[in-house]
Amino acid sequence: MNPRDAILQNLRRSLGVTGGEAPRRFEVERRLAEAPPGIVPARGQGDVATRVATFRAEAERAQASVAEIASLADVPAEVARYLRESNCAATLRMGDDARLAAMPWGDTALEILFGASDGHDLNAVAMAFAGIAETGTLALVSGADNPTTLNFLPDNAIVVLRREDVVADYEAAFARLRGRYGKGNAPRTLNFVTGPSRSADIEQTLLLGAHGPRRLHIVIAG
Amino acid sequence: MTVVATTPRFKGNVHDALTDARLQGALVHASNFAGRRALAAARLPEFEALRDSARAIKDHTLAHLDLYLEAYERKVVETGGHVHWAEDAEAARRIIVDLCKRRGAKTVTKGKSMISEEIGLNAALEAAGMAAVETDLGEYIIQLRGETPSHIIAPAIHVTKEDVEREFRKAHLDRPADRDLSQPEQLLAEARAELRAKFMAADVGVTGANFLVAETGTSIIVTNEGNGDLTQILPRVHIVIASIEKIVPTLEDAAQLLRVLARSATGQDASVYTTLSTGPRREGDKDGPSEYHVVILDNGRSAMLGGEFEDMLRCIRCGACMNHCPVYQAVGGHAYGWVYPGPMGAVLTPSLIGVAEGGQLPNASTFCGRCEAVCPVRIPLPKMMRHWREREFERALSPAAQRYGLRFWAFFAKRPTLYRFATGLFTRALHWAGRKKGRFASLPLAGGWTDYRDLAAPERATFQSQWRAKSGAVN
Amino acid sequence: MSNEQGAGRPVKPRVGLFVTCLVDLMRPTVGFAAVKLLEDAGCKVVVPAQTCCGQPAYNSGDRTTAADIARQTIAAFEGCDYVVAPSGSCGGMLIRHYPELFAGEPDMAIRAERFAAKTHELVSFLTDVLGVTRVAARFEGTVAYHDSCSGLRELEVKAQPRRLLKSVEGLTLVELDEAETCCGFGGMFAAKYGELSNAIVARKADDVRKSAAGTLIAGDLGCLLNMAGKLQREGSPVRVRHVAEVLAGMADGPAIGEPEIKP
Repeated sequence: MNPRDAILQNLRRSLGVTGGEAPRRFEVERRLAEAPPGIVPARGQGDVATRVATFRAEAERAQASVAEIASLADVPAEVARYLRESNCAATLRMGDDARLAAMPWGDTALEILFGASDGHDLNAVAMAFAGIAETGTLALVSGADNPTTLNFLPDNAIVVLRREDVVADYEAAFARLRGRYGKGNAPRTLNFVTGPSRSADIEQTLLLGAHGPRRLHIVIAG
Repeated sequence: MTVVATTPRFKGNVHDALTDARLQGALVHASNFAGRRALAAARLPEFEALRDSARAIKDHTLAHLDLYLEAYERKVVETGGHVHWAEDAEAARRIIVDLCKRRGAKTVTKGKSMISEEIGLNAALEAAGMAAVETDLGEYIIQLRGETPSHIIAPAIHVTKEDVEREFRKAHLDRPADRDLSQPEQLLAEARAELRAKFMAADVGVTGANFLVAETGTSIIVTNEGNGDLTQILPRVHIVIASIEKIVPTLEDAAQLLRVLARSATGQDASVYTTLSTGPRREGDKDGPSEYHVVILDNGRSAMLGGEFEDMLRCIRCGACMNHCPVYQAVGGHAYGWVYPGPMGAVLTPSLIGVAEGGQLPNASTFCGRCEAVCPVRIPLPKMMRHWREREFERALSPAAQRYGLRFWAFFAKRPTLYRFATGLFTRALHWAGRKKGRFASLPLAGGWTDYRDLAAPERATFQSQWRAKSGAVN
Repeated sequence: MSNEQGAGRPVKPRVGLFVTCLVDLMRPTVGFAAVKLLEDAGCKVVVPAQTCCGQPAYNSGDRTTAADIARQTIAAFEGCDYVVAPSGSCGGMLIRHYPELFAGEPDMAIRAERFAAKTHELVSFLTDVLGVTRVAARFEGTVAYHDSCSGLRELEVKAQPRRLLKSVEGLTLVELDEAETCCGFGGMFAAKYGELSNAIVARKADDVRKSAAGTLIAGDLGCLLNMAGKLQREGSPVRVRHVAEVLAGMADGPAIGEPEIKP
């Protein structure tokens, strides 16, 4: 017998089932179809302003820095300010996201590079798919628009989050995800990011910038 | 070769650990987890309800595990991934080594995975001529030291920063010998630079999975460093190794479990990186692996279902049980002698390597119950340790002296009149012997106690004999 | 002692004292203190012939012997309105584990459940069942209370002893940093894994030393013997007593492990 069938047969013997029982199959299909939400914390709930305030407080608790600006058009100026004040190089890598492309980067002195990172970039900017107020977490999805490497390889990760994309909780983010990819489907990579990279593996001393970005700057726009 | 268990030498391991001043110094840091977990739990009013929810999800999934595994497999294949099934550690090693070899891999980067430790993957890759590089900072440190993890989420908790400095100086020979490595920040910076080169050079990346989602065919990893992500997005091939019980039905179910996982583990509300991966690189993608494989491991777990150790399959490997365990806090993880330490290890180890080898562990517990009190999925760990003791007792595997002593005691304990008479005599004799000091500094047959502590002498006659004398034996 | 009358219980309940084997053998004072507290609260106390709760067998994997002892204990206390034990550990055995011993015997399982329902740990019985809010006792000194594991986690004994201790005249209560951490006793564990048990109780002794307490108290004699033995081996002046002795005003005799006071 092949290992797959052997494992399934062992499981079924232990469970005392054949695998063909209709009620069990129905139960599983129903759960996969309905995806019941379970216990959802109240912490992230509220109107947009409340959600943004919660998001910001939680993200800052996780050592991210947060700036709020009026519109997407103000992003380049804010990014340039952040990099300058953080003494970072004036370079910036980004993907093909049309919203990023539409921003007035020419108004800044930043050198803009496009595409995935090869590990030599100091700074990158990406558009978030959503922000989750509950824990101050960014949701980023893979694709040519915002390649996943941009979230991990550069020293400074900058993420633009539209106010309207700040949702209450993970469940709300999944609902949006299903809206875009269809039920039962997911992007190749979905990154939930809460603060900059860190490690406490040396004597439980918390240090930022382990393998991923040393700094995470979130620009909430709109 | 799978890790050779030193579990049968547990008592010797304990002695070594307790007399190792360096280790005892390092273990002080392990005591920080409990307070952080308590704060995180207190910050979330729904925490206890989430624990119930997490338990219910795991129980539901285990009861339908065959069907969820099939559903998961369908989705992985549908998204262009490959699923491999491994009945035991040997099969899992063979599958992964073959995959790596056939793609001509020279360097294999690794995300932190306890299953990889369980199957002894690194040794198998090395034996096949490939470099296996652990990328989690703690795992990297212990790999340089030639050790196994001593904690399931903080693998190098037994190591001091001076130890790390020594290892780095030995391993990183291209760097200036006079560099300053006295601070944790400097050690981290050096590890980051060293490992960045390995990430870029890797042909295959192997990660574990905290959860596998049946609804979407997704594997989820949770890290703080981001090493797991670099392991899985940079090489051409991503291999996930996960055991059968990692399945959850839906994304919503995963969110319930994630909410208790980080809080129970490190006291964070959320770990820095929670990454959901579904299949290989898609059309238009500018990064990500071209191949996506999942190796699903049984290794004795299917036999645990439906039995008295089934609850153990709910475990989400947060480490809270060991963070709150007085035994773990005293001796650290290596004394347990195999892959999984602490209370979860004390239950799981006999299941996976046999009670004859692992039977010491469920005995070495005070049954203080703190592990169960903090377990996010409410596994009754003390109860299951007791089940192992019952198995040992049934098979007469417990030490003979203990069994005879117990039989002797039980003879009296089941005969109240005789008991009262015997204990009356015994107590009087012991009281008389200890009356001057009120306690004993040593006592025959009580060395296990009096080698370390004084033993109070009985006050005087037993309570029952005094009571009967007072009340004229009316009851 | 003052109490608010709870509803639905006999005016003068008949309370069977499960004295516990350790108190019976090692420290009868705790038994008499328990009797005094119960009688002061209006109970009629009886002491049926008894041995041990069966925990040594149960925790060594010998369910058969544990069940035999449970049967005997349940029968011995049949005529009591309540069963009270001055121990969270033995109380936990009687309340939480006896019912688990008779999974295959429905009649016995029901009896074990009924027995469990009328059984209580001493201090929580005084506060939660009898409504005792204060005791008429005096104790000069600074005291730390260690939460013994079974009482704390199986029976939720935490606030009750502290509440009553605060009513003791002259007593100052201080908290240990690690009051909820195990002392390393664990029954047979203490002797079987002596070196390990010692390492755990050494930490407890450190914790006690760091506090300002002159007296350490707890609700379980096993833990108390362990902690007293360690403190005394280390030459610590801290004295160790059972909570019942202090609450009953019977803490003027020798503390645990101290010689008799010569008249």
